[in-house]
Amino acid sequence: MKFTLSWLKTHLDTSASLDDIAYALTDLGLEVEGIHDPASKLKTFTLAKVLHAEQHPDADRLRVCRVMTDEGEKQIVCGAPNAREGITVVLCKPGDYVPGIDVTLGVGKIRGVESHGMMASERELELSEEHDGIIELPSGEVGDKFTDWLAQNTPEKIDPMIHIKITPNRPDALGVRGIARDLAARGLGTLKPLAVEPVAGQFPNPITLRLETEACPLFAGRVIRGVKNGPSPEWLQARLKAIGLRPISALVDITNLFTFDLNRPLHVFDAAKVAGDLVVRSARAGEELLALDGKTYALREGMVVITDDNGVESLGGIMGGEVSGCDETTTDVYLEAAYFDPITTATTGRALKINSDARYRFERGIDPAFTVPGIELATRMILDLCGGTPSDVQVAGAVPDTARAYRLDTDRVVSLVGMEIAAHDQRATLESLGFRLEGDMAHVPSWRPDVLGEADLIEEIARVASLTKLEGRPLPRAVAGVPLPILTPLQQREKAARRTLAALGYNECVTYSFINARDAALFGGGTDAVRVENPISSEMTHLRPDLLPGLLRAAARNQARGFADMALFEVGPAFAGGEPGEQVLLATGLLVGAAAARDPYGSRRALDVFDAKADAEAVLSAIGAPAKVQVSRKVAGWWHPGRSGVIGLGPNVLATFGEVHPRILNALDVKGPAVAFTIQIANVPLPKVKTPTRPALKISDLQAVERDFAFVVDAGTEALTLVNAAAGADKALIESVRVFDQFASEAQKAEGKKSLAITVRLQPEGKTLTDKDIEAVSAKIVEKVAKATGAALRS
Amino acid sequence: MDGIDTLRGKYLESITGAGDESALEEIRLSALGKKGEISLKMRELGKMTPEERQTTGAALNRLKDELDAALRARKVSLADAALDERLRSEWLDVTLPSRPRRFGTIHPVSQVMEELTAIFADMGFSVAEGPQVESDWYNFDALNIPPEHPARQEHDTFFMHRAEGDTRPPHVLRTHTSPVQIRALEANGAPIRVIAPGRVYRMDMDQTHTPMFHQVEGLAIDKDISMANLKWVLEEFCRAFFEVPSVELRFRASHFPFTEPSAEVDIRCSWVNGQLKIGEGDSWMEILGSGMVHPKVLQAAGVDPTQWQGFAFGMGIDRIAMLKYGIPDLRAFFESDLRWLRHYGFAALDMPDLAGGLSR
Repeated sequence: MKFTLSWLKTHLDTSASLDDIAYALTDLGLEVEGIHDPASKLKTFTLAKVLHAEQHPDADRLRVCRVMTDEGEKQIVCGAPNAREGITVVLCKPGDYVPGIDVTLGVGKIRGVESHGMMASERELELSEEHDGIIELPSGEVGDKFTDWLAQNTPEKIDPMIHIKITPNRPDALGVRGIARDLAARGLGTLKPLAVEPVAGQFPNPITLRLETEACPLFAGRVIRGVKNGPSPEWLQARLKAIGLRPISALVDITNLFTFDLNRPLHVFDAAKVAGDLVVRSARAGEELLALDGKTYALREGMVVITDDNGVESLGGIMGGEVSGCDETTTDVYLEAAYFDPITTATTGRALKINSDARYRFERGIDPAFTVPGIELATRMILDLCGGTPSDVQVAGAVPDTARAYRLDTDRVVSLVGMEIAAHDQRATLESLGFRLEGDMAHVPSWRPDVLGEADLIEEIARVASLTKLEGRPLPRAVAGVPLPILTPLQQREKAARRTLAALGYNECVTYSFINARDAALFGGGTDAVRVENPISSEMTHLRPDLLPGLLRAAARNQARGFADMALFEVGPAFAGGEPGEQVLLATGLLVGAAAARDPYGSRRALDVFDAKADAEAVLSAIGAPAKVQVSRKVAGWWHPGRSGVIGLGPNVLATFGEVHPRILNALDVKGPAVAFTIQIANVPLPKVKTPTRPALKISDLQAVERDFAFVVDAGTEALTLVNAAAGADKALIESVRVFDQFASEAQKAEGKKSLAITVRLQPEGKTLTDKDIEAVSAKIVEKVAKATGAALRS
Repeated sequence: MDGIDTLRGKYLESITGAGDESALEEIRLSALGKKGEISLKMRELGKMTPEERQTTGAALNRLKDELDAALRARKVSLADAALDERLRSEWLDVTLPSRPRRFGTIHPVSQVMEELTAIFADMGFSVAEGPQVESDWYNFDALNIPPEHPARQEHDTFFMHRAEGDTRPPHVLRTHTSPVQIRALEANGAPIRVIAPGRVYRMDMDQTHTPMFHQVEGLAIDKDISMANLKWVLEEFCRAFFEVPSVELRFRASHFPFTEPSAEVDIRCSWVNGQLKIGEGDSWMEILGSGMVHPKVLQAAGVDPTQWQGFAFGMGIDRIAMLKYGIPDLRAFFESDLRWLRHYGFAALDMPDLAGGLSR
């Protein structure tokens, strides 16, 4: 919303400065977005008087003037033909910046004669394009500030333009008068009265109007005959131009003025082009309108149209039609002031994608009670500017009832805002905003559709009192003393997983929650349930089913930038479906390339599935997963079928690790191989009892013994089966079993066999192991392993 | 006795002259071995008179001890010399690079979320969460934004697809963290103090907007919480978060459908050579929106607005991260460029806490 200071002052009687007004507007919630103040660059210039002017000794076109200034008499060389004795001029002194020529003045010497400043033309001060001579002022004293003189005599030339942001709840501030009312309530002047004198009709209204839709409850119209629709007067054009509107013709300019001045959109039909009576009704399917913006709109049922015998002439509350519009040939005009339903207006405007000043106002809600006063004021202005004879006004429908009142609880205002505002000040504020107080009940003015409860009264009082003045007041702790921990176990785990992964050397990424359909489908998603109906790009159409596609894409981008080795991770949500809550927290790590760059020590080696497994186990351990888990091979399709596994507790999947399927890497442009893991953070069971106490540490004083065993097994035998079998041979005695070698000779390969070697650590308790004891347990280990895996001890 | 002195001279000399351990061993054997000269001399003691035996015996014993000590000393000095010789050959270029080690990083968004959590936890706020696919009731209606309200259009909402025949209004990707207010109140009732950080979505993509970003919601409801308390909480938060001795906030009246009164909050700052300084200067920068929770919002969440009142606020996490850490471009947050992650990321052990300060 834009307006000028002088425009504001047609409604507000005030002596407040522009700065004060701007501050108050922002503070009131009408945030100033910008101010264009032409006077700001004229502040240094003063008035001076030419005492004497004579020909320059060395130049035909120059004159040497003696000028009386506020700093005494000065000599100035001037080239203007009108520089002569006795005239009052605008003086720019050495040191002043002259905007029109983009120069900061100094003391100069022009053809041998010193010049102490210049006398300016209008163009040099960017006041107009006038440059035939220097400014001659008809009044003013030497030393007066030029801006003061302008403010006094031609304020429109330095009228500051103010641009404010209007929040959706304040349709009343979409007219300058509403803004003036807010400022008056704040105490920055008084709201000037708005006198509405009905204009008596001179003849019966020849055009009859019928209302056939509830979306237009009120419609006032009248014909004015014999108007002359030429250009509007200069003051009106200047006002519209100042806020960026193009003057068109007097009639159209008047409707625009009313829109911005009083928040009262109007429409003018050329009465000669209206055929028969007007009907306001819901549009019918198939109807069209060629609107004033030159575009043809296909209308839908439910949209409000104004029709005559020729069909649709106007879209109610949004835009008029081209055919029945007014131009310079118009002599008879039909003036419309109506009230259109906000929701219908919004729906229609959105469906047709028309953003007009009228739609903007009707959908936020204009003052329905101001419909008839609006048409009377507009009639008066049309008669003043265009002449003509008015008919009677036809008012169809009735003003919608907006009467309502809410209780003002002045104590509650103080309690809620936390600021002392005296009860009588609270009441005075509401009254100055147009509320009518009856005891404790505040009756809401018809122009405030946003006020719908007691809380709204509080907001009005608080913003007028100024929230800037609010002083902070400590919020005591709910519970005294050391604050309790506040993170839930799951939140703690999310944090632990993230910190662990960073500690393991992974760089955390935050990638978008939506990915493209193809990537989503590769990871088991991409269904309609997770499709975004209005995606912003074809790369962001589906909620991600997994974090891997985003990380793989990130890896591909980094590879393209020349980074071959990387460790990336993300902790975030994946979406199993499109219902609220079908969201699961994952931690995914991705390793691409080698473990290290090339170096003199041969540190570089390809990363493999066991790197991913180690990191997955580290994270699981950090978030409290039990040490004893099962590893299965029931992996999803985006993993390498032979080189990946699932870490689980029964059917409960805690993590998946492995090589990413080469086909996936290919599809996502990642140069492989790549290994990864995904942790299902919420699937890790919580401890049954939470206590900081650790179980007692049991240490034996007796020497532990390690024994190695090498077995030959089928190539497909899993090491974990073998290890578990060995460990089960004597649970009390066997402390740990560790695989230390896996090998297959050519001969073994040919037979589908391999060697697996384990070391078993025996920790005796009570008595030292004898050779016999060790032999006994060794035999049992061999027996158990053989039974579980069919293994033979390697000879 | 002459014999003893001769022996002493001979052996001490050969010990000094021994070049390695085996030469020393030979000397030891020929002097002190079972058949060594001194051992043989000892055997002769039996043939002597008691007086002779006493003096010669003692002298022989002294000689034996002396040679033994000399042998040991020589052995040590030989070993030292050998070690010195070996070390002289063991030279490495220690300017070669160290063995490689990967350094991971924490994303600034995660870091700032932990900072927020640390500060608000101290003021008794816990962390609430809610789904990112949200029903339009939680995202809008419950927050006093009815279907045709212009405020709804200003949200640039992403809608989820609705299957044919499903007549429910489409779900949305939450446009703000405010629906968590409703969910937290439904779950816990009043009194309550929570923050809710998380991802939010708006259909907007340009220089300064990304279709996904992060917000933190704050909510405090009790019997007598006022807007003055809100201002204090935000002042304390900003002072702690930006790690400056003092901050100045300015509340400006504004409008949010879910709060009343509503205020935009500006913070005093200065921009010098493109560098932001919080807490000083003549500029004001908008950092968040806030207000007193609208009675209709409390009602929607099943809390009696005649009994309870309080405040709510919402703030852009990415934005305050950019301000605090001087990160220029929002879009880069989500591009996962390794150079960016390493430059703006935080070390694993840089865990924000109030005792040690939030940042290093």
